[in-house]
Amino acid sequence: MARVPLKKSRFGEYGGQYVPETLMPAITELEHVYAKLRTDRSFQKEFHECLKQYVGRPTPLYFAKQLTRTLGGAKIYLKREDLCHTGAHKINNTVGQALLTKRMKKRRIIAETGAGQHGVAVATIAAMFGLEAEVYMGTEDMARQALNVFRMRLLGAKVTGVDAGSRTLKDAISEAMRDWTTNVRTTHYLLGSVLGAHPYPMMIRDFQSVIGREARRQIMAAEGKLPHCLVACVGGGSNSIGLFYPFIKDARTQMVGVEAGGMGLTSGKHAARFAGGVPGVLHGTMTYLLQDRHGQINGTHSVSAGLDYAAVGPEHAMHHDSGRIHYTSATDQEALEAFDLLSQEEGIIPALESAHAVAEVIKRAPKMKKNEILIMNLSGRGDKDVNQIAQMRGIQL
Amino acid sequence: MSAPSNRITATFDRLRRQGEKALIPYIMAGDPSLAETETLVVALEKAGADLIELGVPFSDPIADGPVIQKAAERALRTGTSLRGILQSVKSLRTKTQVPLILMAYYNTIMAMGEREFCDAAVRAGVDGVIIPDMPPEEADSLQRTSAEKGPCLIFLLAPTSTTARKAEVIKRTSGFIYYVSITGITGAKLRDQDSIKRNVCALQKKAKKPVAVGFGIATPDDARQIAAFSDGVIVGSALVRKIEELQHSPDLIHGVSRFTAGLKAALSGNGSK
Repeated sequence: MARVPLKKSRFGEYGGQYVPETLMPAITELEHVYAKLRTDRSFQKEFHECLKQYVGRPTPLYFAKQLTRTLGGAKIYLKREDLCHTGAHKINNTVGQALLTKRMKKRRIIAETGAGQHGVAVATIAAMFGLEAEVYMGTEDMARQALNVFRMRLLGAKVTGVDAGSRTLKDAISEAMRDWTTNVRTTHYLLGSVLGAHPYPMMIRDFQSVIGREARRQIMAAEGKLPHCLVACVGGGSNSIGLFYPFIKDARTQMVGVEAGGMGLTSGKHAARFAGGVPGVLHGTMTYLLQDRHGQINGTHSVSAGLDYAAVGPEHAMHHDSGRIHYTSATDQEALEAFDLLSQEEGIIPALESAHAVAEVIKRAPKMKKNEILIMNLSGRGDKDVNQIAQMRGIQL
Repeated sequence: MSAPSNRITATFDRLRRQGEKALIPYIMAGDPSLAETETLVVALEKAGADLIELGVPFSDPIADGPVIQKAAERALRTGTSLRGILQSVKSLRTKTQVPLILMAYYNTIMAMGEREFCDAAVRAGVDGVIIPDMPPEEADSLQRTSAEKGPCLIFLLAPTSTTARKAEVIKRTSGFIYYVSITGITGAKLRDQDSIKRNVCALQKKAKKPVAVGFGIATPDDARQIAAFSDGVIVGSALVRKIEELQHSPDLIHGVSRFTAGLKAALSGNGSK
């Protein structure tokens, strides 16, 4: 049987291109354009120059001395993506895709956002590159991330609330895909995580891999050896795969992805796809989904909007099945305690998403030897969450 | 690779002999309930529907506009599932032989299993299936399964489809080709009929398979104009909106019938030319 194009869109059995026909030509164009740019020197140079000058890379690999002492086990290093311009790793990918948008001669970008960090990164990069931007965001997320909504609007982006379904990230992605279907000739969909139809998961992983490449170089310079363990939170999974990918062949480096355990795995109110999900197809890709037995997507819950999504990147699904990456979860409560601990021990307020990774470090580091090294991806800073935390504690700001 | 010929092919053949165009209404199965869906199917046929599309509700329908999204939410609230819909089709087959086509997002089929879905669908009396999020790239496995006994796998083409993609869909589709009239989602406004006409005529020439046009066809006038150059028209959101308006009214069946009869009258006027 003839194939258009040849099947190279999969991570094992996961991934693929499950999108409406109207979008397929745009997906194919993206695939071709990116295949060229991936090895194009001038593109890569422009990308890395922009990461250096505008994003502020390389970000530090910071030795967390206090936290290490308090936990009394492995040496803990934090990859400081929270120090990127706009406050999270999300900007790495938006720089790459904005450059690509210009090469495709499209003038408009659209995006979805959950916590608002990707939305802010898109609004930022649109302002810098002179592109028109529209960001879709569930109305529930808009309420809990009001600050980021305001930031996007300050940057000149249009923020459109999505009032359908669960009014969170999943509905924002659906709405962005509808916009893209309607305006595909002029618009690039700047997807924010390693999700969606091929080539998005691969391309976004490539753009985010700068995190792991830097971390690898930095830990070799600091310690002269590879880390024993990497820890990162997993929503769609872009910050984690960005850190993990350059280490994937280092068999002795363990990798741990932390999903949102919400109110606990037995409560049903969580977003731990690998704990309660089965393979299915959502938003263009085949991967683990939280769904019912009829294939309807379940509502999810997490204190952190950025992890509150029913699907996980297809590359993670492959690494889950092979066992190369170990997946676990942290509950809302554990994340909130970790949030406080990192703030008070290290003077670093983490994003609630990243606090899930901190929660895993709290469990794991004490069990490791003192000469072992653990690198955690501190994917974003917590300024955006301060209002929400205050509210939860009954404090009026 | 086509599925065995069935009611779909037979219907298009009969219409062509009679110089008529197919009216294909779309309703969401389970909106407002599966019992009413069964009544509606019989009423739609009586009012002039030649084939009927039954939407399978999905929680995240990326190809659909707000009208069909809301219909899916209503259907899911009353517990509608693909298995339940197949039960309804089975019971409908004691009352009507109108061709029935499911429009289902791939995940609902995958959750049931491709093999089990094809077997159950054919057993129930489903003639075809349209999967809006399954382009030819992802269709191999389901197509191998459906090629044995059915149902027909109906593929979509869009204004953005390239020549190579058109050729691929022409080869793969069975029953008919679903031509998406606009670059957009269901329920959007119809624009630029000339370019739809050019695309559909070119397709018909190459395909030698019926080409039905959907998305954005809302009024008898739209239907007449599109039917003038295609083999059939699919009317979805406009009809679903009617059902939404009348869902709590005793006039539901009557109102939907009247709307459908109006579309049919517009097509018949055209067909007799």
